[in-house]
Amino acid sequence: MANIISDETIEYVGILAKLELSGEEKEQAKKDMGSMLDYIDKLGELDTEGVEPMSHVFPVKNVFREDVVTNGDMREEILKNAPGEKNGMFAVPRTFE
Amino acid sequence: MNILDMTAVGLAAAIKNKEVTVRQATEAVLAQIEEKEADFHCYVTVDKEGALKQAEEVQKKIDAGELDGPLAGVPVAIKDNMCTEGMLTTCSSKILGNFVPTFSSEAVLNLQKAGAVILGKTNMDEFAMGSTTETSAYGVTKNPWNPEHVPGGSSGGSAAAVAAGECFYALGSDTGGSIRQPASFCGVVGLKPTYGRVSRYGLIAYGSSLDQIGPLCKDVTDCAAIMEIIATHDLKDSTSVEQEDTDFTSALVDDVKGMRIGIPKDYFGEGLDPEVKDAVLKAAEVLKEKGAVVEEFDLSLVEYAIPTYYTIAAAEASSNLERFDGIKYGYRTEEYEGLHNMYKKSRSEGFGAEVKRRIMLGSFVLSSGYYDAYYLKALRVKALIKKAFDEAFAKYDVILGPVAPTTAPKLGESLSDPLKMYLGDIYTISVNLAGLPGLSMPCGIDSKGLPIGLQLIGDCFNEKKLIQTAYAYEKARGAFGRKEDK
Amino acid sequence: MAKQYETVIGLEVHVELATKTKIFCGCSTAFGGEPNTHTCPVCTGMPGSLPVLNKQVLEYAVAVGLATNCSITQYCKFDRKNYFYPDNPQNYQISQLYLPICRNGKVEIETENGRKFVGIHEIHMEEDAGKLIHDEWDDCSLVDYNRSGVPLIEIVSEPDMRSAEEVIAYLEKLRMTIQYLGASDCKLQEGSMRADVNLSIREVGAKEFGTRTEMKNLNSFKAIARAIEGETERQIDLLEAGEKVVQETRRWDDNKGESYAMRSKEDAQDYRYFPEPDLVPIVLDDAFLEEIRAKQPEFREEKMRRYKEEFDIPEYDIEIITGSKHMADIFEATVALGSQPKKVSNWLMVETLRLLKENAMDPEDIRFSPEHLAKLISLTDAKKVNSSVAKEVFEVMFNEDVDPEKYVEEKGLKTVNDEGALRKTVEDVIANNPQSVEDYRNGKEKAIGFLVGQTMKAMKGKADPSMVNQLLKELL
Repeated sequence: MANIISDETIEYVGILAKLELSGEEKEQAKKDMGSMLDYIDKLGELDTEGVEPMSHVFPVKNVFREDVVTNGDMREEILKNAPGEKNGMFAVPRTFE
Repeated sequence: MNILDMTAVGLAAAIKNKEVTVRQATEAVLAQIEEKEADFHCYVTVDKEGALKQAEEVQKKIDAGELDGPLAGVPVAIKDNMCTEGMLTTCSSKILGNFVPTFSSEAVLNLQKAGAVILGKTNMDEFAMGSTTETSAYGVTKNPWNPEHVPGGSSGGSAAAVAAGECFYALGSDTGGSIRQPASFCGVVGLKPTYGRVSRYGLIAYGSSLDQIGPLCKDVTDCAAIMEIIATHDLKDSTSVEQEDTDFTSALVDDVKGMRIGIPKDYFGEGLDPEVKDAVLKAAEVLKEKGAVVEEFDLSLVEYAIPTYYTIAAAEASSNLERFDGIKYGYRTEEYEGLHNMYKKSRSEGFGAEVKRRIMLGSFVLSSGYYDAYYLKALRVKALIKKAFDEAFAKYDVILGPVAPTTAPKLGESLSDPLKMYLGDIYTISVNLAGLPGLSMPCGIDSKGLPIGLQLIGDCFNEKKLIQTAYAYEKARGAFGRKEDK
Repeated sequence: MAKQYETVIGLEVHVELATKTKIFCGCSTAFGGEPNTHTCPVCTGMPGSLPVLNKQVLEYAVAVGLATNCSITQYCKFDRKNYFYPDNPQNYQISQLYLPICRNGKVEIETENGRKFVGIHEIHMEEDAGKLIHDEWDDCSLVDYNRSGVPLIEIVSEPDMRSAEEVIAYLEKLRMTIQYLGASDCKLQEGSMRADVNLSIREVGAKEFGTRTEMKNLNSFKAIARAIEGETERQIDLLEAGEKVVQETRRWDDNKGESYAMRSKEDAQDYRYFPEPDLVPIVLDDAFLEEIRAKQPEFREEKMRRYKEEFDIPEYDIEIITGSKHMADIFEATVALGSQPKKVSNWLMVETLRLLKENAMDPEDIRFSPEHLAKLISLTDAKKVNSSVAKEVFEVMFNEDVDPEKYVEEKGLKTVNDEGALRKTVEDVIANNPQSVEDYRNGKEKAIGFLVGQTMKAMKGKADPSMVNQLLKELL
């Protein structure tokens, strides 16, 4: 395997993705990610010099809405699925600044 | 004729002619669900009461002359990644185990306007990540042709439900083959429309630039009728396109004279099961006999589609799935210390292994220092792949090939080696990268008794040519019913 | 000899745009609603929801870009900035990194040492976050998404400023420009304008920049000035002690007059930006830019120049009046209705400013209409009301925007110009105040003031004081 994924990398990606893997999962993740990256490295064979990265396939452009209020009070619906709620707000663990 | 053997369009006609009531059709299909679910497990949620209630309402509208569309009164199943107001929508994930949306996706609303009866939500690979429907948090769906085999995925529940007579048609979504491949494995027709054809509003995103909703159904006529209903320009989806040429049923013409069909040699190389190869080439021969101009060509870049796809899809997925954090909806872990621990535990417990694998990969390829080498590189290769298709469609109306290298594998065979599973997407994935429409339909049965799929690929917004070609082939092939009929 | 240091400052200014609806959904941006009543699936990150860009946001952003001499990116896109925080419902913010709407602008500011340009690196469009409220009772935080999705532009300057004074001049300049465009009210205290200060220190004459810090939570010009002073000192102290400045984000505590680092292990600051797949590119043609350019208002400098030429009013008045687009609009509209510029200016400079100050209001909050001010001025011109009645009426007009003609009529405040009735009253006053009459006759000029006052009182204020004066002199 050309791509060796370190513990630090898995730890770091876990912080970015907010995932906490068990020891076993971590080993598996290192292996999987390494082999996927080896596979993705195949793209390096292609010369893409001067090729514009294509994020959208079609020339669709300029899709706008007018600045008109269309939504009313939907609080009840919005909070319907909340795991924690208080005073019409979403309750979350204390945040520190 | 047994109600369950009717096509969607056939049933709607029978309802219109008062040969069958909407309630009878709904009851018949609910009874079939009752009988078959233990064997196949196509659904995450079956809304029996709701379906019967809708059946009454739709019948009234039909009787009052308010509804007379080609699918009015026909019961449908919806893949569980499309929001349905008031009905559990889980994406087959634990993290959305209790999520009841407050609005319905645009495609579902369009079906309801056309008089559809929503039966329930079909099983899928968790967040549409998988090719077997085995990554569902709610159990494995089995292939109605042989329950020891997978139905394919990720829209495996939808495909199996159509094949098992547990619905008359279904909606699926296709990010890298998730409609076409299960359609192929289950012997039904599936269409992944051009990107932008069907509104993604209400579809819980996996890879936003690749996802597209489409039908899974019994024949090409149903496919055209469903497309006419779900292909709309939706102002709520910025990537939804203004529609032209949406009279898909007008393409139901048994004539392929002069139709230029290209067969990419690259699709028939190593890894393709000989039985699949033979069946697909035989289908090409049938079209040729009917007057189509069939020739082989080099599509190129085929082997680069999978790494390109997994880079882009994983990157988008890693971002799309950030919203599942235990705050606004869905699963929140029981015990935690502080905010970040709550995030990590909820997500780690809520997502399954395959989803975590792709989130990790996606986060990595976007992270500082790797973005250019992986993500941008993939977007550049995507541009090359698109160009290769543009060149092909300058010469051909339709590209013909297999849907998958093999027929449905046995349960449990695929998940052990993810990379091998990803390789199974080789013929479907580039269609999503290039935003093209792709249709899958049965073209034979292998020695194991499993259906073989034929894939037809068209240029952007050229679904009608696919439908015409598929219809002509279907006429020549003859009916391809359920397994019981063989 | 001690080393001489120079402070290098760049600003990231967030401005809330004055649209009616949010950037990607049809929810109202109005302040003051109950928590989460201005929300929908889009601005709370519900699964399956999708964004659609508010066209007005684009127009405002382009207008600000043109007014600050930027080049407009005619092929522009949105990107996702990924980070987890509860006020950010999708856990990514839709913003712009790779192709921001405006680039390479500059604005001119006035400093003690003359005029100078501050470069604008870029302006990009993005969505605001929701609000977190701390709940002491349950020791948790509560999230309100009413502000989530409110449109912002972020104006990123070049590191061209060298002092708090320049920073404030730059902010004032931006504020004035944006207010003139009507793109935002730019109130620092209310958060519709927010400035983050990027600051580094280097030795005078050095070519390289030092390591910078980013200071957040600056809610007033005073706080900004104090934070700049504090951070400059902190960094000099570090360097003098042979330590290094760490590149970090710091939060200013204005009560304590100090800042602290906002860092945690869980905060990797790796935002994994990538093009937002749910939004399509924006392609702007020259005609669109021309359209926006044609709508640009007369900005403050031009206005000041014109006022000097057109109106005979003091330069100080011009500065105050043009210091608020709204006040300048009222001034011009009132003058256009035929009022004398000097008189209009007087009402604005004296009574209006006094009432604004008393009520702790901004000129932007003035509610009375130019029509009513013009009417009040013509009432006084025609001597239909005297000046003290006029002030009284003005105050009511300031608070409730009443029609002064109707109000004077209804309340019976018209000056009595009937000489017979006035003469009668003056005669009575003379008869009843012999002491004052005597004082006056004995050469005490001031005594007449008392008699005028007595007459006015008897007339319930509704007399023309100059007429009273004249009559008194005549009868005495």
